[in-house]
Amino acid sequence: MKILPGGVCEAGTTRVNKTGGWRTFKPVYDYDKCIKCKLCELLCPDSAVNPRDDGYFEFDYEFCKGCGICANECPKSAITMVLEEK
Amino acid sequence: MKSLLAPGHRGCAGCCDAMAAKFTLMGAGEDCIVINPTGCLEVMTTPFPETAWDVPWVHSLFENAAAVGAGVEAALKALGKKGNTKVVVMGGDGATLDIGMRSISGAFERGHDFTYVCIDNEAYMNTGVQRSGATPYNASTTTSPSGKVSFGNPRPKKNMPAIMVAHGSPYVATTSLAYPKDMIKKVQKATEIEGPSYIHCHAPCTTGWGFDTSKTVEVARMAVQTGLWPLYEVENGDITKVRKLGKSIKPVEDYLKMQRRFSHLFKMEGGEEEIAKIQAIADKNIEVYGL
Amino acid sequence: MAPENKLDKSKMVVVEGSYAVAHAVKTCRPNVISAYPITPQTHIVEDLSQFMADGEIPNCEYINVESEFSALSALVGSSAAGARCYSATTSQGLELMHEVLFNISGMRLPVVMTIANRAVSAPISIWNDHQDAISQRDTGWIQLYAENTQEISDMTAQAYKISEDKDILMPAMTCMDGFILSHVYEPVVLLEQDLTDEFLPKYEPENVLDPKNPLSFGAFADPNYYTEFRYLQEQAMQKALKKIEDVANEFYDVYGRYYGGLIDEYRTDDADIIIMAMGSIVGTIKDVIDKLRNRNVKVGVLKVRSFRPFPVEAIKNVVKDAKVVVVLDKNISLGLNEGALFTETKSSLYNTDVRVPVVGYMIGHGGRDIKIDTIEKIIDEATEVMKTGIKIESQFTDVKEELI
Repeated sequence: MKILPGGVCEAGTTRVNKTGGWRTFKPVYDYDKCIKCKLCELLCPDSAVNPRDDGYFEFDYEFCKGCGICANECPKSAITMVLEEK
Repeated sequence: MKSLLAPGHRGCAGCCDAMAAKFTLMGAGEDCIVINPTGCLEVMTTPFPETAWDVPWVHSLFENAAAVGAGVEAALKALGKKGNTKVVVMGGDGATLDIGMRSISGAFERGHDFTYVCIDNEAYMNTGVQRSGATPYNASTTTSPSGKVSFGNPRPKKNMPAIMVAHGSPYVATTSLAYPKDMIKKVQKATEIEGPSYIHCHAPCTTGWGFDTSKTVEVARMAVQTGLWPLYEVENGDITKVRKLGKSIKPVEDYLKMQRRFSHLFKMEGGEEEIAKIQAIADKNIEVYGL
Repeated sequence: MAPENKLDKSKMVVVEGSYAVAHAVKTCRPNVISAYPITPQTHIVEDLSQFMADGEIPNCEYINVESEFSALSALVGSSAAGARCYSATTSQGLELMHEVLFNISGMRLPVVMTIANRAVSAPISIWNDHQDAISQRDTGWIQLYAENTQEISDMTAQAYKISEDKDILMPAMTCMDGFILSHVYEPVVLLEQDLTDEFLPKYEPENVLDPKNPLSFGAFADPNYYTEFRYLQEQAMQKALKKIEDVANEFYDVYGRYYGGLIDEYRTDDADIIIMAMGSIVGTIKDVIDKLRNRNVKVGVLKVRSFRPFPVEAIKNVVKDAKVVVVLDKNISLGLNEGALFTETKSSLYNTDVRVPVVGYMIGHGGRDIKIDTIEKIIDEATEVMKTGIKIESQFTDVKEELI
């Protein structure tokens, strides 16, 4: 890596910084309850909720910091926060 | 809708700034240039050589983001590159209501075609929760702590949206993290309107306000439902839309008790009277905006 | 041997110094001008405003900002977006810009700004000295000082060419003495548009704010990186030493006018006494030198054009055979009792084999007239230094003892 004049940075490069290690609790879906409303994807401060081909979502545990907003806001209580086991 | 704010940023778990930035970008779209004054959002998203931004982004200083935005807009025009490119400033409450006020006032008065989004978490969070002009009445911060003879911040928050309306802005709107679709729509509208538009987003900070990381949205929702943070749009000086609360109005106590920064009000002698004063602020909003 | 200045007198018109600068800016085809009124800079931006009102600057936006702080801040955005940028200010305005000066340099944005040098408050003074720009010497801006209106006008195009060079990318201040140059009417050749188009290439930066190639500008650097940012800035400044010389020569090739590169010399070849100074005072000194040369006083003047980067080698080469160097400063570092040019000249010679006594005079603060008699007296004192050594190393000039 060379410093460009003024220290210009290439887009989206924080993706190298895996923040999943910050997590204490991890969100887990109960797909039986999920209604694919997309609220969890919309609210996630870490853009760590990704759509699947079948319309459901999955967590990107490489980045999820375990804040629990998705679980707190899920209208169907389809997300549970469980203690991370390392 | 695609997020234009990459993961891996250093925002706290449950960060309000990251959410507000994400929603703003969803409203503005990919064809935008973001200007970001110094603050949490700037620091957590751009530790050299990394950046979380998937759109062009520039940070200069704490107090000059609106001027930098004006310069970007002027350059695009001069170079014949403006087209539909949106120029969007995202600044915190300190950068907006306090130190950046002069440059915002100048840029709005001159009528640059840009959108200013204030992400208001009601204190200087990046430096450790010091009071700002946006800190609400009686909130305890590190420079307005509650104590034996103090209930915390002695002044109500500055009415920044009204100041921007007074600048003749064609579009001023308030938003909340609890209503993301409303915010995205308002940002989209703001960026499509020609001239200087202003969005003020109420953004509860888990770290600074003292609530669980999972409650960012819930606290934001309660601010709206108590009438403490009314959601409205002002177009060319007239209020054109208000989110009505109807029968769902909650007492301010429900909002205050969720947060450590107000916890002293429930323990101190005279706290009840102080809570009543905060209720009066909400009641006034309910009356003025017809919530 | 310095090229001979070939001024085409048939092209000369009598205009105010500020107009000459504004006209020069126009011929450089700026894209964004952002400025705030302040005496004695105002005429420059008034003239530019008139050019804008008359549609004479194509592809350009003029931002009437609400402060000098925003004047320069706007140019952060404009320059990062790929625009050639211009501003002008002085004194309090420049001091207000202080924080932005560091920022623009650190972001390597080649903004050019004219400074109509003026004293700083308190007490408030609108008259000329160099305290304003000198106080910004560590901000990472190239600082060039002009002797007359022709030079400051021509220096504008030179500054863009230096600053925008891919190996440099450092902002530049072109400094002219407030009122003395900004408000004087004298004959000049206005910067020729056709020659400027030939001399100054279009500004085409590699990295700009562009949604098609989304880059981030102005990230924060932790201790792992900060040092390298400063190192790269200093490297650019060192490269600018050569670039300033090259550009002066290229300017001569195109326009036929020359004022020196980093420095200029007048009758220094055999001089025992060399006076160093910056700005319009050099003209006065030259008159004194001509007079004293007739009396066989071997005295010459070394004009410093570039204060940043500081031309250590160029100065050393000129003064190495002199018997005494006298440095005149229109500024003071309070608490050291020295002007900046004096301090830096001394420091440039220390640790070298050049062993010449250097004395300093602080002169012309807040617009105090600099009289020929005063310069003669200083040269007389320098003659004494040659005989008896330094008695007073650095001193104020023309202090009115009766007021103290």
